[in-house]
Formats: sequence, C-alpha cells, structure tokens
Amino acid sequence: MANLLSIAIRSAWHRRMTLGLTLVAIALSVALLLGIERIRHDARESFAQSVSGTDLVVGARTSPVQLVLYTVFRIGDATNNIRWDSVKKLAAHPMVAWTVPLSLGDSHRGYAVLGTTTAYFAHFRYGEGRSLAMAQGRRFDGLFEAVIGAEVAAKLGYRVGDRIVLNHGAGEMTGTAHEDKPFVVTGILQRTGTPVDRTIHVTLEAIEAIHLDWAGGAPIPGMAIPQEFVRKFDLTPKSVTGVLVGLHNRAAVFRVQRQVNEFKDEPLLAVMPGVALSQLWGMLDMLERALLLVSGMVVVVSLAGLVAVVLAGLNERRRELALLRSVGAHPGQVLLLLVFEGLLVTAGASVLGIGLLAAASVLLGPLTEAHFGIGLRTLAMSADEWKLVGAVIAAGMAASIVPGLRAYRLSLADGLSPRQ
Amino acid sequence: MVTAMAAESPAAPVPVLALDRVRFRWKRGLPLTLDIGGLAVMPGERIFLHGPSGSGKSTLLALIGGILLPEEGSVSLLGTDLRSLSAGARDQFRVDHVGFVFQQFNLIPYLSVLDNVLLPCRFSKRRRTQATAAGNTPAQEAARLLGDLDLAPALHHRPVTALSVGQQQRVAAARALIGRPEFLVADEPTSALDAERQAGFLDLLLRECDAEGTTLLFVSHDRRLAGAFTREIALGEINAAGRQGEA
Repeated sequence: MANLLSIAIRSAWHRRMTLGLTLVAIALSVALLLGIERIRHDARESFAQSVSGTDLVVGARTSPVQLVLYTVFRIGDATNNIRWDSVKKLAAHPMVAWTVPLSLGDSHRGYAVLGTTTAYFAHFRYGEGRSLAMAQGRRFDGLFEAVIGAEVAAKLGYRVGDRIVLNHGAGEMTGTAHEDKPFVVTGILQRTGTPVDRTIHVTLEAIEAIHLDWAGGAPIPGMAIPQEFVRKFDLTPKSVTGVLVGLHNRAAVFRVQRQVNEFKDEPLLAVMPGVALSQLWGMLDMLERALLLVSGMVVVVSLAGLVAVVLAGLNERRRELALLRSVGAHPGQVLLLLVFEGLLVTAGASVLGIGLLAAASVLLGPLTEAHFGIGLRTLAMSADEWKLVGAVIAAGMAASIVPGLRAYRLSLADGLSPRQ
Repeated sequence: MVTAMAAESPAAPVPVLALDRVRFRWKRGLPLTLDIGGLAVMPGERIFLHGPSGSGKSTLLALIGGILLPEEGSVSLLGTDLRSLSAGARDQFRVDHVGFVFQQFNLIPYLSVLDNVLLPCRFSKRRRTQATAAGNTPAQEAARLLGDLDLAPALHHRPVTALSVGQQQRVAAARALIGRPEFLVADEPTSALDAERQAGFLDLLLRECDAEGTTLLFVSHDRRLAGAFTREIALGEINAAGRQGEA
C-alpha cells in the first residue's frame, strides 16, 4: 500500500503539468462549494441571531412569522397595534424582567424608523448575546434625537449632528414628510449585521409628537403644532407595534406565552423569536439547497474533467503499467494506483481550495460585510465543511475507479508486452 | 511428466522451467499459436531461444510469466505448475522468482535509476530478503549491481530519461537480477543496441548471471549472439503450431 502510494505520488508528479491544471479546476470548485456552504451557514447564523436574549416578542394577533417579520426585520406592516395599557400590564407581570416597546410605521429614505425607549439599548441583544454599541456619539436623550444604524449612516453619509426628516409610512417614495419636525442624529451604532443596521431609532414620545397634528395617516388640515410646543402635550403613546420581553427565568417562557395569548383585554400574540426565525428560514430552505446543489454540480463537472484527463493519458502509460506487472504488480494494484492518483489530486485540490477560500475571505470579507452584511469572518473549517471536503475526496476516488478499471483491463490484456 | 521424473530420482535437480505438452490459442476457433511437446531448462543453463517474429515468442513469454495459461498441458517454474496458482499468486510468484528484461523502454520514467532497480524489492518480500542477505541494504545492493554493470554512482540518482539506451538496458538487467531470482528472461534485450554495444551488454549480462547464480533464457532473432550460450533452441523447431500454420 505504502509502496503503491509512493509510486502514485511520483507518477502524478511526473505528469504534474496536465494533472496540475485539473487540480486547479477542482480546487476552484472546492473553494466555490465551501464558499457557498460558508455563506449559507453565516447567513443562517446571522439571520437566526438577528435577535437574541429576547424571550418573547409580543404583538397584536397575527401569524408568528409575520410578527417577527415586522418587529425584527422591519418588513411589512403591522395590521394592528397593541394598546399602551396592555404594554404596562405586561411590564408589571411578576415573571417579566424587562420590556422594550417598539413602534414602527415611519421611514426615512427607505429605512425604517423605530420608536422605542432607552431600554432598547440596555436589553436588545444580537449574535451570541452581544449588545448594541455606539460607533459615534451617544444614545438619544431628547425628544427629537435619533440614533442611526451603521448602514444608514454609511449609505446616506450621515454624521453625528446632521438633521433628518422622517416620512410617514414605509418605503422609499411613500408618505408625506414630517417636515416641520426634523431630528438630530446624536449617535451612530456599530455594525451588527442585523436589521438594526438599517434602522433609525427615535424615542416613543417623538413618534407620538410628530403625529400630534395627524389623523388617519394624513396631516389634519389647518392644524400645525410647531416643534417647540409639542412638549406641552401628553406624549405617552396610545399604542405600540410590538414589545420585546425578557423574563427573569427562561423556563417560564411557555407559561408567560400562554398567558399573553389568552390575554383578556385584547387579542395578543406572543412568539419565541428563535422558533419563528427558524420557521422563516425554512421558507428559504429551497433556495439554500439549490445553491448547494449547483456548487455540488460544479464539483462533479470538475471531477469529470479529472476522469477525462486521466483516461486520455492512460494509453501512453501502457508501457509503465506492463513494467509494473513484470515486477509483480497485480491488475488490482494497478487499479488501486489509479484510485490513489485520484485521491492525491482531489486531496491536493481540497487543500488548495481551502487556501483559496481563506485568501478570498481575508481579501473580500470587508467588501461582502459592507455590501451584504455577511462578514465571511470565519477562517476555521466547520465540521460540515470538513464533511463536504471528505465527500469531494471520496467522490474523486470513486470517479478514479473509471480510469482504474480501464487500467485494470489494459494491464490484464497487455500482460508484460503492450501492443502499441 | 516432469513431476513423474522428479519422483523417480529425487536427487535430480528440479528444472527452472518445464513445458509439458503445452497448447495455446488466443481464442476458441483460432488456430493454435503454440504447440510445444516439451521443454526443460535446468538450473545454471544459458539458453538462447530464437525464432522469427510471429513465431509465438511473446506468447511463450506470457505463458512463462503466468500472464496467460495454456489451454492444455502445463507450464512449471521451479517445480510449481502455474495453473495451480491463482492469478494474484502467479503475479507474486513471477516477481519472487523471475526477472525480466525487455527490448526497450524498460524503465519507469518517473523513478530514479536506483528506484527502478529497487522495484522488485517493493513488490516481493523474498527478493528484498535475498537482496539484503549479504548485509547490504536494498539500496546498497542495487548500487552494487549497477556498479558491476558499469554504471557509475553519479548516474544512480539521475532520472532514467537522462541515460543512453545501452545504459538503460543495463539498469533493466540490474533490476531483473536484484534479490537473486532463480530465472532471468531477456526478450530481445540487445535489439535496440548497435553491434558493438550488443556484445558488451551480453558479456555483462552473462557475467552477472554467473555471479548471481541465475538461470538465463535469452530470446533473440539474431543468431550471431548464440555462441555465448550453453544451448540454442529454435522456437520454430519445438513449436508444432508454427509448422502447421506455415503448411
């Protein structure tokens, strides 16, 4: 075995030009396969960790996926709000440690505006329990102050101290501007890779204030309350879109969830964000599988190239195979020699592919992070990635059985003297 | 026949090669390629086997090598009927007991001179053991044989493609002889050499076969070389199939 392997190594090295080209092709396909797997994994990870540390998300009764879509991802609109006194009752529940009310509906140049309290900065967690941190400036303190996500700041070129005007309604072009009540950017959050990056955070009271002179989604004609007078009004919100809830004891989550769902005053829905997120991801499963399938097919094509190259070279090696037989190699060992060759090429290609991916991660990671929020930060191989590499090498060896069988038949037929 | 002879007189040496009423044809329905009543090569003999191309030389060598089996009769090496061995065991038996030198392209291009010589030791424990019997490592033994065959140490680690044809044939001879196989089969080993080098190669080969105690079967179409051998056999005379084919 060791003898055959060393012969296979030297034989492959002897044909390093042709095999090298095939090796590079396989290496690229391995890098693609692993890259897709890594992006898939990182995307799933950052998706699943868009919110963490929150035990329940509470909103008006709707589907769990929809509730998470608009409270966590700011996608779509809430069909109903929950009343403020329900929020207060929830906060007073003995098992509830903290609540973060969320009020959505306005936007700024396509980015969602979130009305909340400073509890948001204290309790919101993403990733593996990471809390939000300021890149510049400070949290909102006053009424017309805003804290913007990293992507908002980067894409729109905002800095601390800039003034921005919010629009009523979501989306790029919709709604009427709250022109009379501009906000000052007091802080910019560090990049999180979550929807927080695409959010403008203001106080709940500010949301209330800019809608004082509004009714039914439009300014009330003839009524305009100047910015400096809004403080004279009661700015306690009447309703919010949703509430993030943290419990003293996570074990109580099912009990609290049931109690919220059976709340008498108004129909509410409490969902565990992890469950809803994985339901949501399940919908994207097909796409994810399709991507992996395509990259798998690229690997198969590159392995077919290997088989073709080795098969094509086999006729010129008949003399070599006959010589090996004359010094005692069995046809079975000749087959094994070809399989070892496939092993060598695919193993070498895998090493090169892993290297290529690492290089690409280092070089392109900052770019993909900025554009897609996927950092490609991991350089270490995961168990799943090793499994894929193992599968590629196994497939390479299996594919090499094709030229191996051809060599087996040639060496049986040729014996000691090939008829060339 | 051979086994019967051996039973009658146990002291008689066992032939290195014995063919007994061997018939072979490539395919059912084709005429016989070989039909040899009997042939025995005794230890220490230097046999010169000649025959024109197409007289069945390659087929005979494939039978001796255990690559092919006769449809009738037996081919025995050192008293072992090759038919009694499995295909894998015949491959092993071949490398354990027989060295081969071919007409040309004898060497594996991606191995060094020394590694080419060491190849039988990789596949045969017996050859490896016998190569090291004198206390040498296999590599030392290979170097010794190469030196005996006039190949300077400077050449031993060169790629074989850097060698002349004559040098390559001597490397092939060293490979066939390493580990003292009982039998060396040389198939037109001098055909690719010019007349001057033919004689030189033959001298070295015979000298080394004597030194290693190896029985030699030398196949050639060139009868001018026959004088150096103990016995000359014309394949056309022992092969009845050839005569029938011509008639």
